Amino acid sequence: MTIRASTSTLPSLLLSAVDDGHSQISRTALADSTTSRISFTLDSTLDSVNKIEQTAEQYAQRAGFDEDTIPHIAMAVREAAVNAVLHGNAYDVNKHITASFETTSDALVIRITDQGPGLDPSTLPDPLAPENILRGSGRGIFLIRAFMDEVNFRQLHPGTELTLIKHRTPAKSGT
Amino acid sequence: MSMKVSTRQVDGVTILDLSGRITLGEGSVTIRDAVRDLLAKGQKKILLNLADISYIDSSGIGELVSAFTTVKNAGGELKLLNLTKKVQDLLQITKLYTVFDVKDDEASAISSFSK
Repeated sequence: MTIRASTSTLPSLLLSAVDDGHSQISRTALADSTTSRISFTLDSTLDSVNKIEQTAEQYAQRAGFDEDTIPHIAMAVREAAVNAVLHGNAYDVNKHITASFETTSDALVIRITDQGPGLDPSTLPDPLAPENILRGSGRGIFLIRAFMDEVNFRQLHPGTELTLIKHRTPAKSGT
Repeated sequence: MSMKVSTRQVDGVTILDLSGRITLGEGSVTIRDAVRDLLAKGQKKILLNLADISYIDSSGIGELVSAFTTVKNAGGELKLLNLTKKVQDLLQITKLYTVFDVKDDEASAISSFSK
């Protein structure tokens, strides 16, 4: 395992990710103390989904979001990670997902990338349509869009990169 | 925290007391297996008590919907009891609050099942 960069100020969760032998972590502490960035590569497992969800919760807390918003961010990120592991990489042990978290002065930006066949979001059925309301799946992207301010898809070759953005309120900026 | 389930009978209704998280993987499978077991035993009046469910993701929501349709297709009834605000909000956002018969009082929930 190669650790591209690390510091002693890494959250405990991420330190454990370093220790478990399945992750690569890079962290950048920028000159502006309100801005930080971390990215890590994980196996296509449900354990990775849980780690990404917990990291999202940590970053949302550190970014100063309120108690109602933090669980929404964490859920949106979890849904993105589930999509990457389940629908993107299909639990393939030879494929990985990457997650990056960036806190800027005005937003929390999370990117989740898989190595799957790709996703065309325009083809996703509307889960609120009467003919879909009782479907057993298909609500993940809908919830991501409901809980985040911006959601962008980028097709890779192969794979999909999903960017989730939550704006920090002006009163919280600079914290 | 993994999901746990315990079962009890009240006036012909089977109450599943669920606790923990209903998420992709173990939580979803637990509900699916429990409902299938009840239907196999001919128990078709099912009340899911979600008072101690701390978290549901989209897979968990999908599993609740699947349980609802499975029971309905078998000629039974499945209702929800004691939703936390977070779960209520999720069902509102996904427009499932009008699909499920949601109760907040166990006694009235029991009596609402068809005799």
